[in-house]
Parts: sequence; C-alpha cells; structure tokens
Amino acid sequence: MRIQLLSGDLPRSRVLTVLLIAIVAGLAFAPFLFPGAKALNVAAKICIFIVLVASFDLLLGYTGIVSFAHTMFFGIGAYGVAIALTTLGPTWPAVAAGIAGALALALVLSTLIGLFSLRVKAIFYAMITLAVATAFQTLASQMSDFTGGEDGLSFKVPEWLTPGFSLSDTPFLGVALNGKLISYYLVFAVTVALFLIMLRIVNSPFGRVLQAIRENPFRAEALGYRTVVYRTCSNVLSAGFATLAGALLALWLRYNGPDTSLSFQIMISILLMVVIGGMGTLYGAVVGATLFLIVENYLQDLLKLANSAASGVPVLRDLFLPDRWMLWLGLLFVLSVYRFPSGIVGKLRARRG
Amino acid sequence: MSASTSTAPALDALPTVRLDRAPLLLIPALALAALPLTSLSTWVTLTFAGLAMGMIIFIMASGLTLVFGLMDVFNFGHGVFISLGAFLAITVLATMPTWTASDRLLLNLSALVPALAVAMLVTGVVGLGFERVIIRPVYGHPLKQIMITMGGMTVAEELLKAVWGPQAIPLPLPAAFRGSLVLGDAAVEKYRLIAVVIGLLVFGAIYWVLSRTKVGLLIRAGVQDREMVESLGYRIRRLFVGVFFAGSALAGLGGVMWGLYQQTVTTGLGSGIIVLLFIVIIIGGLGSVGGCFIGALLVGLVGNYAGFLAPKVALFSDILLMVVILSWRPQGLYPVVKR
Repeated sequence: MRIQLLSGDLPRSRVLTVLLIAIVAGLAFAPFLFPGAKALNVAAKICIFIVLVASFDLLLGYTGIVSFAHTMFFGIGAYGVAIALTTLGPTWPAVAAGIAGALALALVLSTLIGLFSLRVKAIFYAMITLAVATAFQTLASQMSDFTGGEDGLSFKVPEWLTPGFSLSDTPFLGVALNGKLISYYLVFAVTVALFLIMLRIVNSPFGRVLQAIRENPFRAEALGYRTVVYRTCSNVLSAGFATLAGALLALWLRYNGPDTSLSFQIMISILLMVVIGGMGTLYGAVVGATLFLIVENYLQDLLKLANSAASGVPVLRDLFLPDRWMLWLGLLFVLSVYRFPSGIVGKLRARRG
Repeated sequence: MSASTSTAPALDALPTVRLDRAPLLLIPALALAALPLTSLSTWVTLTFAGLAMGMIIFIMASGLTLVFGLMDVFNFGHGVFISLGAFLAITVLATMPTWTASDRLLLNLSALVPALAVAMLVTGVVGLGFERVIIRPVYGHPLKQIMITMGGMTVAEELLKAVWGPQAIPLPLPAAFRGSLVLGDAAVEKYRLIAVVIGLLVFGAIYWVLSRTKVGLLIRAGVQDREMVESLGYRIRRLFVGVFFAGSALAGLGGVMWGLYQQTVTTGLGSGIIVLLFIVIIIGGLGSVGGCFIGALLVGLVGNYAGFLAPKVALFSDILLMVVILSWRPQGLYPVVKR
C-alpha cells in the first residue's frame, strides 16, 4: 500500500527516509510545532515551492530540458486566481474559474513554445524561453487595468480561508482553528496530492521514455519514440503543475504581483533548489525547497551573528552582511554542480552503496 | 604557411566566397521605411540614436557570440562583466573629478581613456579567472554550463554588491560629451556620436583581426570545425582563452558605454540587458560577428523607431523582430555552418 502510494519509488536510503519523514511530519504539524505567523508562512511557502520545484524537475531532471519560462507558468496560475477573485468576487466558483482559465492559457502557451522550439539545441531553447518569459513579465506589468501593474492585486479569498473565519471558539492544542489554519491545510493537502501524482507520472512508462530522451535523444528516437512529442508533453505537464503551484501561492498570500510570482529571481531560486536537492529525483525537490527556504528565512539571522563577529575585518564584514545570503547559497550551488551533481539526494543514496 | 600555397595563380583559382547581401540591405531598408512616418529632423535624431544604441549593444554582444561560436559555451556571467566594467569606470573617474568636470574635450578624454582601459583590462582578467574556475570544468556539458554560469553570475553579482553596495550609483558623462549638436533641424547627442565612432572602431578591429590575421583565421576555422583545427596541431584551448579574455574585455568596454548611456549604474545593469544581447546574437546567427553587428543595429533602430511611433509596442519590438527574422532565416541572419 505504502509502496503503491509512492509509485514504487522509495527513498532508497535510510538517512533520506528519516529526513523526508521529518520534513513531511514537520509540515503536517507545522501550526502546532512552530507557533507564530512567520513560521507558518515559511511552511506554506515550502509546500508551494515543493510543487513548483518538483514540476521544474520533471523538465530539467527527467527530460533534460532547461527552460527559463517556468516562473511564467507559476505567474499565470497566480494571476489566474488573483484576477478571477478580483473580478468575480470571493467565491469558490471564481477560484475554479481562475484555475481553469490559467491552466488553459498555460496549456496553449507551453504547447506552442514546445512545438516551436523544442526541436533545437538545449541552449537555444533556454534563450527562447528566457526571451518569452521576459516579454510576459513586461506584458503583465503593462496591462495594469487587468493585472494591477507593478503594484499587483490584493483580493479577498472565499470566507473559509480568511483569518477572521473561525471553526470553533475553543482552540485545539493551543492553536486557534481559524481560516488561516484551513488555508494552510488546504495548501498542504494539495501539495501532497500533486506530489504523489508527479511521482506516479515519472515512474510510469511515460516517465521512463522521458529519462531515455534525457540520456540519449537519438537512441530514443531510433527506438521509435517521437522525442518532440514526448518533450512537448513533458513541457505541458510541467507547466500545468507550475500553474497549480501559482494558484496555491495566490490563495495563500491573498495577493499577487510581478515580484512575488514572475521575477527572474524566483527562476534562479528554483534552479538552485532543484540542483542542490538533486536533479532527476522528485525527493530532491522536497529536500531542496525545504533547505533553501529555511536558509532564505533564517540564514540572515545567522549571518547577522557572523557579521557582528567579523565586524573588525572590513571585507569579511561585508561578505557576512545579512543581505548577502544569496552569495552563500550561490557558492553552495556552484559547488554542488561540480562536486555532487546528483544533489543531496543522490549523495545520500550513493552512500548506502 | 609555406610560400607555395600563397602564389598568386593558386589564389586566383580559389573560388571566392559570395557575400550574402540580403541582411546588409535590411538596415537601410528599415531606415527608409521609417522615413515617411516621421518628419526629417525627427528621423535623423531617431536614426542616430538607434545606431548609437545598436553600436553599444554590439560591443557588449560581440564577446558573447564569439565565445559561443568557438567553444559552444553560453556564458550567463557575461552580464556581470558588463556591470563590473561600469563600476570600474565609476571608480576610475571618481579619482579625477576636476578632469571630468572641465568642459575641455582633451581633459575629458584623458579621464575617459584610462577609465575605458582599466575597465577592459580588469574585466578581461576577471573573465580569465571566471573561465578557469567556473567554466573549464564543464566543457561539453551544455546543461551544466547553463547552470554553472548562472550560479557564477549569482555569486559574482553578490560580490559586486559587497564591494560597491546594492544602491544605484550615478555615472555622469564628462562635461564635454553632454548636450547635442544641431544639424539643421535635427539634434544629435554628442555622446551618441562618440558611441557610433567607438562601435565602428571595435567592429573594424574585430573584422580586421578575424579576416586579415592568422589568429583570426584560426578562430574562424575553429568556429567551423574545432576538431580539425586541433588535429592540425593548434591548441584551440589557448586560442579560446584569448578569445574569452577579449570577449570579457569587450563586455567591460560595453559596460562603461552602457553605464554612461544610462547615467546610473546598479549591479543589475548587465543582467538587465543580457536578454536583449541573447536576442541580438540569435538574430545574427549564433557565433557570427557580422550577424551580431547587423542584429544589434536592427534592434537599436527598431527600438528607437517603435519607441517614438508606438511606445507600447516598443516593449516587445525586440521579440517581434526576432520572430520575424527567425521565420525568414531560422538559423539567424548569417548561419554559422558547422560540420
């Protein structure tokens, strides 16, 4: 049963199993284990990014395609929900309409991009997607009547998800049963469901073909698989999951703007999470996203300490500024591409033998 | 080369390469097409501004396309070299405030030339370090290259912030370069004139090296067939290091020019323009310097005309231009023939 739920793709390393159980348990009981608004926010972000990073891994790790348009689909999902809730009012049908519209747009765009440009070299595809994503970002900030421009959109979510909504007056285990809690568990449940679906996809015969294409496209084509079709399918699937992650983000934040879902910075973050966690294994997405977001939110405090410790040394002091956290993660990223290209998960699996 | 191969009759017998003229005609065609849409004086101003912008873009993009052509290395770190060049110019110019503030051309030039030289030299050397540490271990792995140069870019950008700070720093033009020249009704900014001159010089220098020197011959041969050049006994790796140095130095030069054009510099200066550079070298044909030159001028001109005629369209004019060019020639204006 357990094996079936994970599609037969077990962690295959004792340390990794323990780590994954700890992460899942931490996320499942986050509101009770880590009190405070910031901790809950980090936990929700981790869930959303697990979906986003896993969907990117479908493309990068399993199919071997570098796309820079992934945040575009993330943004489409977030804007879909944001625009629908702003124009149609805070109802569940509006959420559904927003997600459906966003998915349709993502489907069309990803199919078009895929069919047009997946025939070419990896580098060319990376550049085309980068150009398209930049144009989309400009478009989103220009159509300010529709998208709120640079300011973005703040909107109301369905009543069940608002912080003011309360299930019961008595707190359960010291935690108020309000809409924030419901939102969190909605995010968590959807994350688990989407992750298991993706696990199912990559372990299906279809997923095997994707891996074959990654390893050797010529041989895959020679065996009779239409690589362009498979690559496009992978592109579309990955875009769809990214769109859903974007929708979750908008529902959680009750806000969406270009910087929260479309910026190139997020694209770089996703890339870092996939590679540090481990490409070509969805568990890498879980580990990478968790590590990255914890570091992003808490490394700054650590750096503050290091900064005050090194306050006498001029250059070192500047390197330990809390704002420079990306420097340290960047170094970790470069090191992981060289030293352990299969990421943390690959390293842990290799250790067992 | 031995004397026997360079005798005159043998050379005459060689088939000459036919010059592909169609892309060359695009620029005058585009300029003429825009003429009826504006008044003459506006047209002169716009055309000049477009050419100047195109020249600066060309300086920044030329290194990128050469490095790609020779080694199939796609360097996202190029953007950081651009920012670095601009920051270096700020530092150098700040050491001689009286020379830049004076409105005598000679004094201004004697401040600007060292700034350009330092920017080129230092970015070139930093480029060498980048190639050695970041890129060399991942030759032949396109996926890893994209990721590693991206990571290198992130780290280097943070280092720039650590040295020069995250805030925008003004980079004012030296006094004599401010203002415009008036030709009839049309006003042409002086700095743009300088940009066009420097751009032409750089293009001329690259063209001369590539077509008239032995090193250039080897580079062109290497772009077409790396293994054959290696098997003839030339160390293409060493050649590539030289090209990488030159490419980074050009990025530094372009960075100074672009910084002076924008008049403020942030660490994001380079990464903000790099998408445009990608578009330019895709339009030109990856690896082709001539294509890159024409592509850059086209992008500059289209951007300026569109900015005047339809500002909303101008935001997407580069992408539209790329789509149009690629549907005409899917491999870019001058496809680089690889074996």
